[in-house]
Amino acid sequence: MELNSKSPDGPIETRWERHRFHLKLVNPANKRKYTIIVVGSGLAGGSAAATLGELGYNVKCFCFQDSPRRAHSIAAQGGINAAKNYHNDGDSIYRLFYDTVKGGDFRARESNVYRLAQISVNIIDQCVAQGVPFAREYSGYLDNRSFGGAQVSRTFYARGQTGQQLLLGAYQALERQVGLGQVTMVPRTEMLDLIVVDGRARGIVTRNLKTGKIESHMADAVVLGTGGYGNVFYLSTNAKGSNTTAIWRAHKRGALFANPCFTQIHPTCIPVSGEYQSKLTLMSESLRNDGRVWVPKQKGDKRDPGSISEGDRDYYLERKYPSFGNLVPRDVASRNAKAVCDEGRGVGESGLAVYLDFRDAIKRLGEHTIKERYGNLFDMYERITGENPYQVPMRIYPAIHYTMGGLWVDYNLMSTIPGLYVIGEANFSDHGANRLGASALMQGLADGYFVLPNTISDYLASNKFETLDPANTAVREAEARVNDTVRRLLSAKGTRSVDSYHRELGKIMWDYCGMGRTAAGLKKALQEIPQLREQFWRDVRVLGTGEELNQSLEKAGRVADFIELAELMCLDALERNESCGGHFREEYQTAEGEAARDDERYSYAAAWEFTGVGNSPVLHKEPLSFEYVHPSQRSYK
Amino acid sequence: MRITLHIWRQANASAPGKMVKYEVPDVNHEMSFLEMLDVLNEALIAKGEEPVAFDHDCREGICGMCGAMVNGVAHGPLPATTLCQLHMRHFKDGDTLYVEPWRAKAFPVIKDLVVDRSALDRIIAAGGYISVSTGSAPDGNAILVPKENSDQAMDAAACIACGACVAMCPNASAALFTGAKIAHLGLLPQGQPERQARAIAMVAQATAEAFGSCTNIGECEAVCPKEIKLEVIARMNRDFIRASWTER
Repeated sequence: MELNSKSPDGPIETRWERHRFHLKLVNPANKRKYTIIVVGSGLAGGSAAATLGELGYNVKCFCFQDSPRRAHSIAAQGGINAAKNYHNDGDSIYRLFYDTVKGGDFRARESNVYRLAQISVNIIDQCVAQGVPFAREYSGYLDNRSFGGAQVSRTFYARGQTGQQLLLGAYQALERQVGLGQVTMVPRTEMLDLIVVDGRARGIVTRNLKTGKIESHMADAVVLGTGGYGNVFYLSTNAKGSNTTAIWRAHKRGALFANPCFTQIHPTCIPVSGEYQSKLTLMSESLRNDGRVWVPKQKGDKRDPGSISEGDRDYYLERKYPSFGNLVPRDVASRNAKAVCDEGRGVGESGLAVYLDFRDAIKRLGEHTIKERYGNLFDMYERITGENPYQVPMRIYPAIHYTMGGLWVDYNLMSTIPGLYVIGEANFSDHGANRLGASALMQGLADGYFVLPNTISDYLASNKFETLDPANTAVREAEARVNDTVRRLLSAKGTRSVDSYHRELGKIMWDYCGMGRTAAGLKKALQEIPQLREQFWRDVRVLGTGEELNQSLEKAGRVADFIELAELMCLDALERNESCGGHFREEYQTAEGEAARDDERYSYAAAWEFTGVGNSPVLHKEPLSFEYVHPSQRSYK
Repeated sequence: MRITLHIWRQANASAPGKMVKYEVPDVNHEMSFLEMLDVLNEALIAKGEEPVAFDHDCREGICGMCGAMVNGVAHGPLPATTLCQLHMRHFKDGDTLYVEPWRAKAFPVIKDLVVDRSALDRIIAAGGYISVSTGSAPDGNAILVPKENSDQAMDAAACIACGACVAMCPNASAALFTGAKIAHLGLLPQGQPERQARAIAMVAQATAEAFGSCTNIGECEAVCPKEIKLEVIARMNRDFIRASWTER
């Protein structure tokens, strides 16, 4: 298979403009003749559905939650980047582009990243116009802050609830289109298969989660904005319902899956407290602007943090990275936290935590200012842990947070299946091997508001779409596959719950495909995962029927897909004999313990082709070239 | 610690429901309320009994998906806290808790603790937005917003549409929810052109959805996990009355 990224060439500043000019347009009067399915209603899916509706297409938007406003984008706290340079501190589109390519450890496509940086400024304008209540200065102008990994203040925020407010902006735009009859919203409905007719994506098969009814929906193009797959680790900062099912089943229909092992560990999460733990909660990394990270200098120092004197504390990020200090990128901060805990200097009952201390910031700025900046985060921390972070330092530990990998897409955001578009976290395109803080919201909205609505017209205008007969063999086969999966899950009638398998899978993945990976560990995981898969299908216990609301059945289908994906992630991690960004292979590190990239051999996106469950997938490579930002060893010293 | 639960079990919208008693003998005080339900459900599955259905997603108190009445109070006893963020350290060994779904005509039960809140989406679809199509916005700093207005708009915009306000209100009114959106958008310069039409349309939709009227009881404010203030209802009423006089 030839991977054509369709990346424009020539001066990078005008690539998107020139590319857009050459895209075919659909006549305004003809737009209503096309139906587009959008799966997912978060920042990417919601903004795409709303914008496609505004343009005049017929849109059907699906989400598994009870309302599109629940999508997990809502949980993003810190902010959204934009190269506005409102602070006159040296920011520019080029700098945001440069930071993102470098932050991604040179594993992203330059053309895509430049476009993202260009569009970032339009996003802020759009969101302000929608009424998103961004933080303001007393003068009424927009406020900004600096955010993990950046030396300029380019992050726009709405208290600690930026994701919520941006999502509500997109949701309101979407509901406006629903009210106008332009978008049909289908909540509590899960996509379980992709309908591919004559090699083109022509619809989806869904299960109505309230009634269990399995139905087919036809369209001229399908857009997946279904988020990331961090829940493959069971414990992550993702919402409980976040899953890989939509993209995984599209992968099984032929869409290549790129860089599955590129997962991001977020350094500032509330540590695990016990076996019953159901998810991990992130504390926005904006906290690192004012909080100082430390552990005791001595191993096993179990004293109360307040009684550990300055001289007995190791502010290890400030010590090792004097110019970035506590603001080093997420992967660097996470690995260092793991390293000090592995040395036995971790804090808290489990020893798997480090302190994030606001004592000095409160002394410098006063409790009032800290409360204004982080009040809701402090409240959230206290609610979960029962400790007051104004008085006692927070305990934090890294947790799985974001997945840079996803379905492979070209510059138009189209997957390797014509007519199947993938946007937001669900695709692989913009963050390389590591995403910078406040860039996920930017990418989701860039794809949904500005990129996809432009590129999709080219596909629609270039192809002919005959009306699809529901009796078409491809449709019937897709429905049969879904029915068969549901039947197999219900009829196993085994002994173990779905969650018990999910926890076991998560443990394998965290141990062998988490923060530090080795060839030996990955090979072990590749033995254990197929055994778990086999046991799951034989021995899973799903009670109830398929014709009702059945949350165990929903979870079972998702876990089955996670198990298959886990195997691909380990294989991808094993194949990539280098360390880059979030992918840290312990065999490949510099003398100082930093990630050692191998640009000679691994400067490519690894796009995997599915060949059947349990069969070896086929690796396709999209070579990456860097004309503007020359690969260098990242240094945050 | 040991907790006794009485949970509303109802197979579907048309089946009769009933309270069923369960014992959870090994509750850890660090668990969240929903994690306790997870533990109960694992035990039920092991015994071959169907687990309790309940809505939840982010478990961080922001998505608005979870919620139940705990001993008659929406989201349980802790102020400004969703059910997922309520931790068991706030209960005592031996406590008995009654857990029921939201009760409101506009929120029909789907199963057990799961209810249908789509009426709230339809209120937003009626007018809870600013009509600005993608691409037509001016520069962000071309629209100045006094910090005070912005802060108050943010206070109102923090609503998570969980429905606790409706569930707790003796009239099952959605006034706090509707007022929060009307206040958020009405406080901003961007929201002015559609301010009157918005108030009329959203209030009409809330009435059509069989939510009750507001009689200023204040139970909604008391249970709101995001501490939305009753003043948003005052703003809604003011906008609605002014609009009713002048709208043509």
